[in-house]
Amino acid sequence: MNTDYSDLMSRKNEIMKRAIAIDYSKFDRGTIAFDYEQMMREVGYDLEEIRTIQSESGVGNTPIYELRNITRLLRHYCKPGKGARIFLKDEAANPSGSFKARRAATAVYHAKKLGYKGVIAATSGNYGAAVASQAAIRGLNCIILQECYDSKGKGQPEIVEKARKCEAYGAEVVQLSVGPELFYVFLTLLEETGYFNASLYTPFGIAGVETLGYELNSQMVERTGKAPDAVVVTNAGGGNLTGTARGLQKAGALDTKIIGASVNLKGLHMASDQQFNMKSFTTGHTGFGIPFVTLPDRSDVPRSAARSLRYMDRYVTVNQGEVFYMTEVLAQLEGLERGPAGSISLAAAFAIARDMNRDETIVVQETEYTGAGKHLQAQLSFARENGIEVSIGNPADEVPGKSIILPQTPDFISAKELDLEKLRKSLIQNCVKPLEVQQREELAEVDIEYLAVETKTDTDYVHRVLNAL
Amino acid sequence: MKACKGDWVRIHRILMEPGQRAAQVPEDTARVPLEMWDKGFLLNEEAEIGHEVLIKTIIGREVKGTLIEVNPAYAHSFGNCIPEILQIDRDLKTLMQEVGK
Repeated sequence: MNTDYSDLMSRKNEIMKRAIAIDYSKFDRGTIAFDYEQMMREVGYDLEEIRTIQSESGVGNTPIYELRNITRLLRHYCKPGKGARIFLKDEAANPSGSFKARRAATAVYHAKKLGYKGVIAATSGNYGAAVASQAAIRGLNCIILQECYDSKGKGQPEIVEKARKCEAYGAEVVQLSVGPELFYVFLTLLEETGYFNASLYTPFGIAGVETLGYELNSQMVERTGKAPDAVVVTNAGGGNLTGTARGLQKAGALDTKIIGASVNLKGLHMASDQQFNMKSFTTGHTGFGIPFVTLPDRSDVPRSAARSLRYMDRYVTVNQGEVFYMTEVLAQLEGLERGPAGSISLAAAFAIARDMNRDETIVVQETEYTGAGKHLQAQLSFARENGIEVSIGNPADEVPGKSIILPQTPDFISAKELDLEKLRKSLIQNCVKPLEVQQREELAEVDIEYLAVETKTDTDYVHRVLNAL
Repeated sequence: MKACKGDWVRIHRILMEPGQRAAQVPEDTARVPLEMWDKGFLLNEEAEIGHEVLIKTIIGREVKGTLIEVNPAYAHSFGNCIPEILQIDRDLKTLMQEVGK
């Protein structure tokens, strides 16, 4: 391995500390635990402060729509008395075209307050555009680092579009070929510029999403007289789900079910050069979703503020063809042309609403902007160019990387349940994996309680899992 | 193609050769270099495509690399027509006529 690489990686903690100005060690407890709520309280901002910060930069207060035609279509396939009302929060109405503006607004505000001259974010997704847009508003320099091309120089159209959008807001976009060494380049840039690490996973970033959950609840209470029965959240790194759930809790919507949804990309390796362009989704997929659910601290900060297993009631997957189909349905039946990644939770909600009662409500909590590259036609066309078979049929037969199957009729859309039990065990296992046997046996009460909160279970459950390891 | 000082250009650079890749990368990724692309204003007096150059990026960083494009354009699009999408649209129209109010 490159000596510069090892050398830089050894300075990782020092670089990170300077670039984020948070002493995470003060929240450490016991052997593996840390005080998450203390971190959120001391480092983040409260809901009122965030609402002020976001309203200064045009973020939030996005409309909520009842998808009447889609609900009507759904009920055609339901048993009598079934088929919940589907609502959608149009997050594409934020300045940079996605809910990520909420995260970026607080991160960039914080960077400016601490006196940083610029911000850097490592992201190929909507977050890059969000940081670039907020940096433009606050007058800071911005660098976005993207994984964009395979070794043939072929770029994923969606990521290429995101680069354009970041440049439209005045950011420098550094693009890389496939590989996890992106993190090394990220550290190099942080060290060279002394800019702020506008990570997706800081307490203020996640707290920025709490307003989404809070607003959503107020809008639903106003519309329907009660909190929503279920909210479906697209899940990748876990921040969208964590922030939304925390916002709903702060609004008092304690009975609302939180359902995570990801696109099924099973079998595709995220760091593979050859498989990079076989994916038709660059985020919101199981390749990020599952690893982050079971090990939140794999992110670019020591303690991630995005901890989705604490909040999740269900976690489902949908196939690529189903998401593209619902993206088209949204345009054709509701007159809303939006980007495909924002429709992951819509596809899941359509399947889940079928088994809910007619008087219940389910909210799809985001949409994203659409444009060249970031569009189902661009993606299906790109998939075909890459040898992926695109057809109409039963999406259950879809094989990621080989085929995309658009549902023949809407009743072919289904949400596949992931086993939360398995994910919880896996999280506990991941937490204790680095420990010596003796350390495992001597875990303090605070560690056991921490694992119980992390997995939304109780200490008896944690003891049972630990004993079975 | 010739570029002059101050022209908006795109550069390319190899950051890691195949043998230098991180230990955890899959085999197919380990076989290829880690590459980088960036854009900026040319600082050299003049240069041809393929020359090693120095640029100043939009935020003022100086970056070295091989000149690959002058006045780089965006080439992404809405892709080719996908007839299956039109089929979905037609089916939905028919379906909505059957679906009750």
